[in-house]
Amino acid sequence: MKFAVVIFPGSNCDRDCTYVLKDVFKQEVVEIFHTEKELSKETDCVVLPGGFTYGDYLRAGSIAGFSKIIPAIKDFANKGGLVIGICNGFQILCEIGLLPGALAKNKSLSFVCDEVYLKVVNNKTPFTSLYKKDEIIRLPIAHGDGRYTANNVDESQIIFKYCDKDGNITEDSNPNGSMLNIAGITNSLSPNSYLLTSNILGLMPHPERACESILGSKDGKKLFESIINTQVLAGKN
Amino acid sequence: MTVLANQRLEINDALLAKLKLTCEEYKKIVDLIGKKPNEVELHMFSVMWSEHCAYKNSKPLLRTLPTKNKFVVVGPGENAGVIDLGDGIKVAFKIESHNRPTAIEPFQGATTGVGGILRDIFTMGARPVAILDSLRFGDLNIARTKYLFSGAVGGISHYGNCTGIPNIGGEAYFYPTYNENPLVNAMCIGIMETDSIVKSAASGIGNPVLYVGSKTGRDGIGGASFASSGLTEKSHEDRPAVQVGDPFTEKLLIEACLEAFKTGYIVAAQDMGAAGLTCSTSEMAAKGKVGIEIDLDKVPIRTDLLLPVEYMISESQERMLFVVKKGYEKDITKIFDKWGLDSVQIGQITDTKNVVVSYKGEIVVDVPADALVSQAPEYKREGIEPSYISKNRQFNESEIPDLKQEDILPTLHKLLESPNICSKKWIYRKYDHQVQTNTVIKPGGAAGLIRLKRCIARDTKYGIRNTETGLAVPLDGNSAYVYLNPYLGSMIAVAEAARNVSCTGALPIAITNNLNFGNPEKPEIYWQLSESVRGIKDACTALDTPVTGGNVSLYNEGSGVDIWPTPVIGMVGYLEDVSLAVGSSFKTCGDVILLLGEQKNEIGASEYLYLKTGKIQGKVPELDIRLEKNVQSSVRELIKRKLINSANDCSIGGLLVTLLESAFPNALGFTLSKLQAPSSKLRLDALLFGETQSRIIVSFSKEKGQEVENLLKELNCPYQKIGSIQEKFIEAKSLGIKAPINELKEIWQETLSIKLS
Repeated sequence: MKFAVVIFPGSNCDRDCTYVLKDVFKQEVVEIFHTEKELSKETDCVVLPGGFTYGDYLRAGSIAGFSKIIPAIKDFANKGGLVIGICNGFQILCEIGLLPGALAKNKSLSFVCDEVYLKVVNNKTPFTSLYKKDEIIRLPIAHGDGRYTANNVDESQIIFKYCDKDGNITEDSNPNGSMLNIAGITNSLSPNSYLLTSNILGLMPHPERACESILGSKDGKKLFESIINTQVLAGKN
Repeated sequence: MTVLANQRLEINDALLAKLKLTCEEYKKIVDLIGKKPNEVELHMFSVMWSEHCAYKNSKPLLRTLPTKNKFVVVGPGENAGVIDLGDGIKVAFKIESHNRPTAIEPFQGATTGVGGILRDIFTMGARPVAILDSLRFGDLNIARTKYLFSGAVGGISHYGNCTGIPNIGGEAYFYPTYNENPLVNAMCIGIMETDSIVKSAASGIGNPVLYVGSKTGRDGIGGASFASSGLTEKSHEDRPAVQVGDPFTEKLLIEACLEAFKTGYIVAAQDMGAAGLTCSTSEMAAKGKVGIEIDLDKVPIRTDLLLPVEYMISESQERMLFVVKKGYEKDITKIFDKWGLDSVQIGQITDTKNVVVSYKGEIVVDVPADALVSQAPEYKREGIEPSYISKNRQFNESEIPDLKQEDILPTLHKLLESPNICSKKWIYRKYDHQVQTNTVIKPGGAAGLIRLKRCIARDTKYGIRNTETGLAVPLDGNSAYVYLNPYLGSMIAVAEAARNVSCTGALPIAITNNLNFGNPEKPEIYWQLSESVRGIKDACTALDTPVTGGNVSLYNEGSGVDIWPTPVIGMVGYLEDVSLAVGSSFKTCGDVILLLGEQKNEIGASEYLYLKTGKIQGKVPELDIRLEKNVQSSVRELIKRKLINSANDCSIGGLLVTLLESAFPNALGFTLSKLQAPSSKLRLDALLFGETQSRIIVSFSKEKGQEVENLLKELNCPYQKIGSIQEKFIEAKSLGIKAPINELKEIWQETLSIKLS
C-alpha cells in the first residue's frame, strides 16, 4: 500500500512516520514536499505528521494550511482517500476545514510530554477497525496546543478519548482540558455522501511512537494495521 | 561609536576597560598587527581574546587532559568531538553553557544555549538525536529564582520541542550559591550523516565564502565579552548582549545544511556563534592557514544602518559560514532556496592569511587571522588553596550526633522534599523526550538511553544492520563535593557519569565537559579550576574515557561572590545490543535487592548533613577507582548475561533515597530484611543517608540468585543482599520503620510543582 508523508517547513515527525511505515510495516512510502501540487499517483493514504510547521507562528497549523499541496490533499480526501493527521497534522486538518473544530492552548498553558491512556470509543472506522470497541490503549503525547474544542461534534465522530488506566473518562486523565476528553476525531459524512465510512482522522497522541516494544508500547500498531487491512479488504494492496 | 572605522581612535583606559582588554594586551595587539588597530579591529580583538573565545586562563590546564582512545576520531578544537563506533556509526557530541544570558533574560538565554549546541553538532554533518540539560539555580524560595528557573526550562523546552530533538535527561540542583548566577549547560548528541566529517578549516584560494541562514541584526552584540565578566547590579543593562532564538529557522537550517553537506561541495563550515562573523571568518582562515575577504554590504541584514562593528560582533542566531568549492555555489544556493533561507556569497578565500573586511567600498578591517585566533595571551596563574578548605578539614563528624531510629522517617520526608532529590518530572514533562522514536530509557533514570535504528546507515555501504545498538548518556557534577574538594569532587563527577552509563549496561566511551567556575583572576578560584581539571584528568585516564572537547565558563560571580566550582560531565556510553538495556526502576514483587560495592562510615558532604546543619561541609566520600571499575564492569556483566531487572547508581541522598527512586515508578515497596545493622563502625545515618561512592543497587528474580552471586564472587565484586521487593510498603523491621510507598511518592513527586506554584 502506498502512503504519502507530507513534509512542511518545521514538520519534525515526518521521518518517524516514514520509518514506521517503511521499516516496521513494510509499506511503500513517498515523501511529498509542501511545494508540490500533486500527490503521487495511486496514493492510498496521506499522512500529515507532527511538528511545528512554520514555528506555530500565528496559530498552530494555520500557515501550513496555505501550502501549495493542500488543494491536492483536499481533493484526495473529498474523493474518499484516507487522510490521517497526527498532532500538528491534526491541527492542520482543522485549519483547512477537513475536520471540524480547533485545537487551543493546553489548559495548563504549558507544553506536555507524557504517556496517556485512551479509550477507543469508535472502532467502526478504517483507522480503528482492529481495536476492540472501548479498548484501553496507552500512547505518548507531546503538544502545547491540544485542547480540542468545537461547536458541533457528533458522538459518532469521536474516536479516541483520554481516560484513566481503568477506562474512566475523568478530568484528571485529561492532559490538556480537551472538550469531552476528545483525543481524536474523524470527519462526519454528509447524508448524500457516497462514502460508507469516515476517511479523515485527526488525533493528538502519537501512534507512530508506540509500534515497537523497545519503546515501551505497541498500542499504536493496530491503528496502522487497520489502515493497511482496510486496503487489503478493498482489494487495493 | 563612529561610523567611519578608519577615523583615529583615541585609546584610553576607559575604552580598554569597556572592551575588557588590558593595557598589555593592547600593546601586544599593536605589535602583532604592526599598526594601531581601528575601532572595528579593536572590537574584534576584544571578543576573540575574551575568555569565552580564547580560553586564555584555562588553555594551559586543558592541555593536560587525555584526549585519545580507540574510539575518538575528532578531539578538542573542532565544533564538536566525534567517536567512531564501527559499522559506519560516528557520534558527534558536545556540551556548552549559556549562564550569563540566562541570568539576564532566562527564556532567550536558555533557548539560544540549546540552539548554539545544536549548530555545533550539525555543522559537523551530524543529525542531532538527543539533548540533555544540566541546571543549577538558587534557592527556590526566592521569587527571582522561580522566575529564572521557569523561564530557562521554558526556553530549553521551546527550542528542543520545535526542532524535534528529544531531551533525554540531565540534572537540576538548587543551592544559594547560584542565586544570582544560575548555570544552564546543554549537551547535544548527533549521528553523522555525511561520509566525511565536515571541518572548519578553510581551503582553496578563490573559493567562495557563503553566508547562510538568518539575517544579521543588532542582537547579541558583544555577547562573548559579556559572557567573560562577572554579573553586577548593572548587568541588566547588557540585555542587548543576549541573543534571540528562532527554533523554526534552526530546524530549516538543520535540514538545509545536512542536504548541502551531502553534495560534497562544502569545503568547510562553521557556526556563527560566539563573536559571530568575527569568530567564524578568522577561525576558518587561521585553521586553514589562508586569508579571507568579505564585503559587509552583501551580508543579509534585518535592520538598516548597521555599523561595521555591529556587523562583525553581532551574535544573531541561526547563521553559518560555508566555504564552497568554486563553481558549485548555485547548487548550494538551490538547496537553501528550497528551505526558504538566505545563502549569499559575501567573499572569498585569499592567500594573504589576513581577515579583510570591506564596507561601502572602504577596507575597514585588515588583520592577520592568526593574531585574532592563536596569539591571544595565555595566563598561567598561581593558585592558592582557599581558607574554607582548611576550615572544613577541622570539621569533626563525630560531633554530629547519630540519627535516632524514630527520626529516620521524618528525615526521609525532608530529603524527599529537597529540590535536589525530588522528582524532576515538572521539568522533563515540558520537554518532548520521545520524538525521533529512539528513546528507550526516558528522563528520570540514571542515564538517558536512545537506540540506533537498524536502518540508520541504510544509504551507506553498511546497509541495514542486524541488531539495534544504543547510546547511554548522563550528565553529572555534584558541585557540593567539588566545592569541598575540587580534585576528588571532579573525579567523582566523572566516576558517577561512568557509573550511570554502566547501570544501563553500556560501556563508557568518552566525555565532554563544561567547566563552570568563578573569577580565575582570584588565586583561590584558579586553584579550584586547576584542582578540578587534575581530578577530571586522573579519573578520565583511569576509566579510559578521554575528553573530546567541551566548554569553559569563567567569571561566574554575582556581586563579587563566586559560585561553587561546577564542572559538569557529559558522557557517552555504547551498548552493542540495545535490547539488553536495563532501567533503574524495580519491576516485580519478590525480586531480590542487592547492593554492589561497600558500605562506608561516611556522612560528609551529603545532602543529609546539609539539611541537618544548613551547611555543606565535611569530608567528601572517598573514591577507590579500582573498586569503582570493578563495580561498573560487574554490573555490565550482570546485564550482558540478562541476570538483573534493574540497576541504579547510589548517589545523592544515599541508600534509602536510591531504593525509593527505584521503587517509585511502579509504586512498588521493599523490605530491608537483610540490611546490615549499624555498629560502632557504621553510623545509622551513614548507613541510610551517607553518600559513599561506587555503590549500585540491583534487583533480580529469586531464580537467578545463585547465578548472580556466583558471578559476583568470580569477579571479586563486593556485594551484600539487603532485602526484596514487595507491594505497597517500605519497611525495615530491624530499624522499626514502615511507611506506605504512595505517601512517600506523593511528597517526592509534588515538591517541585508546589515550590514553583
